[in-house]
Amino acid sequence: MDLIFVNLIDGLVTGLLLFMLSAGLTLIFSMMGVLNFAHASFYMLGAYFAYQISLALGFWMGLLLAPIIVGVLGAGVERYGLRRVHQYGHVPELIFTFGLALLIEEVVQFVWGKNNVPYNTPEILQFSAFAIAGNSIPAYKIFMIFISISIFIGLLFILTKTRIGMIIQAALSYPRTVETLGHNVPLIFMGVFGVGTGLAGVAGVIAGPTLGTFPGMAFVLGSIVFVTIVIGGLGSLWGALVASLMIGWITTFAASYNIRFEDILLAVGFSMPENMAESPFRDIWNMTTPQIGPILPYLLMVIILVVRPHGLFGKRGA
Amino acid sequence: MTDQQITTDPAKPAQRMRAGGTSVTLMPWLLAGALLLLLPYIFPTNSALTIMNKMSITIIFALAYNMLLGQGGMLSFGHAVYMGVGGFACVHIMNSSEFFSMLPLPLLPIFGGLFGMGLAMIVGSFSTRKAGTVFAMISLGVGELIAACSLIFVAFFGGEEGVSGDRTYALPFFGIEFLRQIEVYYLIAFWLMLSAVLMFLFSRTPIGRMANAVRDNPERAEFLGYSARWVRFYSFTASGFFAGIAGALFAINYEILTEENLNLVTSGTILLVTFLGGVGFFFGPIIGAVVFTLVQTVLSLQTDLWAIYAGVLFVATVMFFPGGLAGLIMMHGPAVKQRKLHTLAVPYVKTLIPAGIGILGISALVEMTFHVRHASIGSNQMTLFWTTFDSHSLVPWAVAIAVSVVAFWIMRRNLPELIAAWHLANGVAKDKL
Repeated sequence: MDLIFVNLIDGLVTGLLLFMLSAGLTLIFSMMGVLNFAHASFYMLGAYFAYQISLALGFWMGLLLAPIIVGVLGAGVERYGLRRVHQYGHVPELIFTFGLALLIEEVVQFVWGKNNVPYNTPEILQFSAFAIAGNSIPAYKIFMIFISISIFIGLLFILTKTRIGMIIQAALSYPRTVETLGHNVPLIFMGVFGVGTGLAGVAGVIAGPTLGTFPGMAFVLGSIVFVTIVIGGLGSLWGALVASLMIGWITTFAASYNIRFEDILLAVGFSMPENMAESPFRDIWNMTTPQIGPILPYLLMVIILVVRPHGLFGKRGA
Repeated sequence: MTDQQITTDPAKPAQRMRAGGTSVTLMPWLLAGALLLLLPYIFPTNSALTIMNKMSITIIFALAYNMLLGQGGMLSFGHAVYMGVGGFACVHIMNSSEFFSMLPLPLLPIFGGLFGMGLAMIVGSFSTRKAGTVFAMISLGVGELIAACSLIFVAFFGGEEGVSGDRTYALPFFGIEFLRQIEVYYLIAFWLMLSAVLMFLFSRTPIGRMANAVRDNPERAEFLGYSARWVRFYSFTASGFFAGIAGALFAINYEILTEENLNLVTSGTILLVTFLGGVGFFFGPIIGAVVFTLVQTVLSLQTDLWAIYAGVLFVATVMFFPGGLAGLIMMHGPAVKQRKLHTLAVPYVKTLIPAGIGILGISALVEMTFHVRHASIGSNQMTLFWTTFDSHSLVPWAVAIAVSVVAFWIMRRNLPELIAAWHLANGVAKDKL
């Protein structure tokens, strides 16, 4: 029972982290109609920049500066890369961001090497906040939750309550009308792209110390982020939130409860094959939930796409 | 009008494959066949054969991939799966000794193709409902799913170490047991020729034509009475079949398949190869596969940083030449027709040679930076372009910077001349219209 609370918190951390990436990605998608394949690469850049800054100025300056640098970089990519490729159509745009993702990974390896860099949590947060039945919860996790939720609330406030947010929302659905009203829509697009990648940068800064800062970190999280926004429905912010939390909890619970498929299959009424070593189905009998945990999001996505092709919260035809 | 159709303006969307005429000219195919027959006599070494085998397999895979991307307008991020599963199935056939001893090896790729096609039919049944981003995402998800499964279902995928077989247990084919590399080469070359011809003919069938129509305007195709979904499904299935053949040839050539054959890296590489060659033309992926394999094998011997160069090349291709290498070649069509190609030669030499030297200078700077950052402490000596020098001293840096700056300056100075010559070579074509 106590373990459930620990897992709930762990899953929440993972889910909110995913949400910080998927929120920016889904916003960029609904704006430009293109999935930014390099989104997770900006997350990685955030972690590496923060590491480099933290060497000189400490963790907090890294948290402040790295997302800004990443955001400016993202805006530059939109302005000088994507806008140029845009004229060729959507598929080259997607291919461009894919190539960019490969390139960023190579450049990161070039600059910082192939191994983990020692990017750690700040000492001020290296204590356990509280304990549930002997399982201590590090303060850094609470800090991560706090940062993610405050960013989410801030984003929601800006998008729904301020004038800028309204212009952005209008530009998402009727770019031409907004343009004729005198707003600089390309600038808005660039800004949203910059903010979206900046958010990914924040996620990188706070995730780097716990999940490890290495050149493969974009790759590890990248495809899960796509899965998240496809499950949530492309272009839906709420869908991204629900799907992120869902995936966060599913993967955490699958990793911590060891349920053997043998028990499930026996309970359903299958009989154990007599010669296990020779049976072609031996892997299904030997499977455990921690083993299949990492592929559950993909499985979920395929199921959702078969049942509801537009995702949980997506609009039909989007 | 005919001239207009051949021109590839780099500013226009060039990723669409043109339908092309229905009459099939035999000449290029005969030449290609003769070249495939003669290549082992021109490059008889074992390492050359290895490269050529690799190249041929990549060509089949890239052509199969372009059936989706170029002809059908479907961008797949997980196409390695169909090649991989076809290959894994073939290795398992190799290991089932009773059946395999009755099967001549040259027939094995058919089974690989059927397995690839079977998987493509299952996945395609739900993934081809939409094209574009949704299709791309499903292909990515399914690709990751199967790649991740390969570490769980050890019985079929062999886990981390993969599965391996032995091709020589097959029924001897007219006395050939495929012990030698050269015999394998001719087997692969035969299948390369056969699948290339079949894929070309597929693009000329009504279903191939409908794939183009659905790519360009699915709504209109639906109004004409065709189901866009089924047209996509047929292309997808056919592509899966040929990807499976490529997988089978991989299994025959290397006799081992691992998780690497399924993962996103392989899928991304084939996208890179196809796009580099040019998705707008049938022969584009062939050029892409040849160039990429050469770059990969030659460059990776020279430098650890070859992936970074390939990445830059890829991004530059997408940004500046979306038609790829094939698009660049076909841009010269009008000039050839006007018999004015020779007027371009001198301006090309005057701009491209400085550009090439400039790129070498930049790459020297990149290599030196890498050496300074990552070489073990104390080893300041590095060898670059057949010269050994101290990477921590100032002189080589100054030389590299000077060479690149001067080379790019000359290129910029000569560029207007090239543009003027280009307009002159193509301008008359427009006047004639």
